Amino acid sequence: MIPLFLVLIYVLIQGGRLISLQLLTELPPAPGLEGGGIGNAILGTIVVTLIASLIAIPVGVGGGVYLSEYAQDGWFSKFVRFGNDVLAGVPSIICGVFIYSLIVATRIFFDQSFSAMAGGIALSVLMLPTVIKTTYEGLLLVPQEMRMGAYGVGASRFVTITQITLPAAFTPIATGVVLGIARAAGETAPLIFTALFSPFWPEGLFNPIATMSVLIFNFAIMPYEAQNELAWAASFVLVIMILGANLLARWISHATRA
Amino acid sequence: MASDVCMSLQDVTISYGSFEAVKNVYMDLPKGKVTAFIGPSGCGKSTVLRALNRMNDLIPGCSLKGRVIFDQHDLYDKRVDPVEVRRRIGMVFQKPNPFPKSIYENIAFGARINGYKGDMDELVERSLRKAAVWDECKDKLKESGFSLSGGQQQRLCIARAIATEPEVILMDEPCSALDPISTLKIEETMHELKRSYTIMIVTHNMQQAVRVADMTAFFNAEAVEGGSGKVGYLVEFNETENIFNSPSQQSTLDYVSGRFG
Repeated sequence: MIPLFLVLIYVLIQGGRLISLQLLTELPPAPGLEGGGIGNAILGTIVVTLIASLIAIPVGVGGGVYLSEYAQDGWFSKFVRFGNDVLAGVPSIICGVFIYSLIVATRIFFDQSFSAMAGGIALSVLMLPTVIKTTYEGLLLVPQEMRMGAYGVGASRFVTITQITLPAAFTPIATGVVLGIARAAGETAPLIFTALFSPFWPEGLFNPIATMSVLIFNFAIMPYEAQNELAWAASFVLVIMILGANLLARWISHATRA
Repeated sequence: MASDVCMSLQDVTISYGSFEAVKNVYMDLPKGKVTAFIGPSGCGKSTVLRALNRMNDLIPGCSLKGRVIFDQHDLYDKRVDPVEVRRRIGMVFQKPNPFPKSIYENIAFGARINGYKGDMDELVERSLRKAAVWDECKDKLKESGFSLSGGQQQRLCIARAIATEPEVILMDEPCSALDPISTLKIEETMHELKRSYTIMIVTHNMQQAVRVADMTAFFNAEAVEGGSGKVGYLVEFNETENIFNSPSQQSTLDYVSGRFG
């Protein structure tokens, strides 16, 4: 708890005082100029995280359902679960390098190199193990009798999963997904060389895009006061967003249990 | 005689992996009657019951030899869809297992996935009435199925099974988790239900078998040479009265008179 509060208080002092409407809605200033904001980075973080979620949630929930409901408990499912745990431990920068070589360096999307899409895909690789694991473990908690009840009234396996088992495991799955999003939204390393950065508003999914974490990384080491302050302000906003996501996850797990 | 037979088991042997749980069962289960399966634990009576609507398919490693004839078809024929089997042969389980949905949705679920086109409100009411739980439920159809007591939940599960309009209802120790009053209510429900359905019930409670069943099958288990554990088999299958008053087998007499382990 102490490190959490130290970080929060420090970021609050350094960044909180800079919060204003202008900060949230304007572009960052050119080096040497004053004022400006981090609006493009906030929007970019949302866009990139959204792309990551759109990939990681269907694939991850599907993977969890496969492991829990379809796979025989043999070597293959053990191997997949082990692989998933290993993937969860892969350093995020490795995910970045992987997507860099797979998508950025090959210019696979419309001959574009760095892009929001590449950033989103890199983050989805990070989210995937969390989503798979929470889905799998959430489904294991659903009592077998519940499935039997559905089969007993003539439900097929597909109907049982989509209408009974998955809704019954909604809480742990939703909690895991939100925590996965929160983790992905704060990542810097995989974005530096996939989404890169842009001082402008997002120009579509296949161009470089600004994100808060990369903005912090870039601006904190610049020799300009205005940029340093924006980095602090962005830190504050990012921490609040991630804190909010974590609180949302807690709220989901409480609200739906009652 | 043949038209009165609902299901016919012909030399049925059910195994879990290489272990035979129950062996060489021949039985003609009559239509429109309540048939009770009794016997000591581990004699395979629940296994046989679950074989009647292919519920055992869901247990890894479980396999069946022999034939189970229902409506002139072998249920274990390759062309038979187990989902279709379970639509026509409903099941009520040992522990009440309502879905985590509203009472209304618990009933409507089965009907909806089976393509029921009629008036859903009417079907829900009719099913709950048949299961004798309408009065307790009518004012809280939108509430969760878990808001009911255990006995009410079990009758909700019976209503759920009825709602798909099956021909047969299988009940696997439906009262074992319930108090005597709830048990009595379920038994009354069964008397009502047997007018329209064929019912098979597994029970550990012999008085219950006497109260509800027209026919009773007694299963027992015995150790086999070189086998691991006991193998269940059908000892005697007759009218309930005969089973309890003048059984033809010594082991049946021992069991029903309580002189058995």
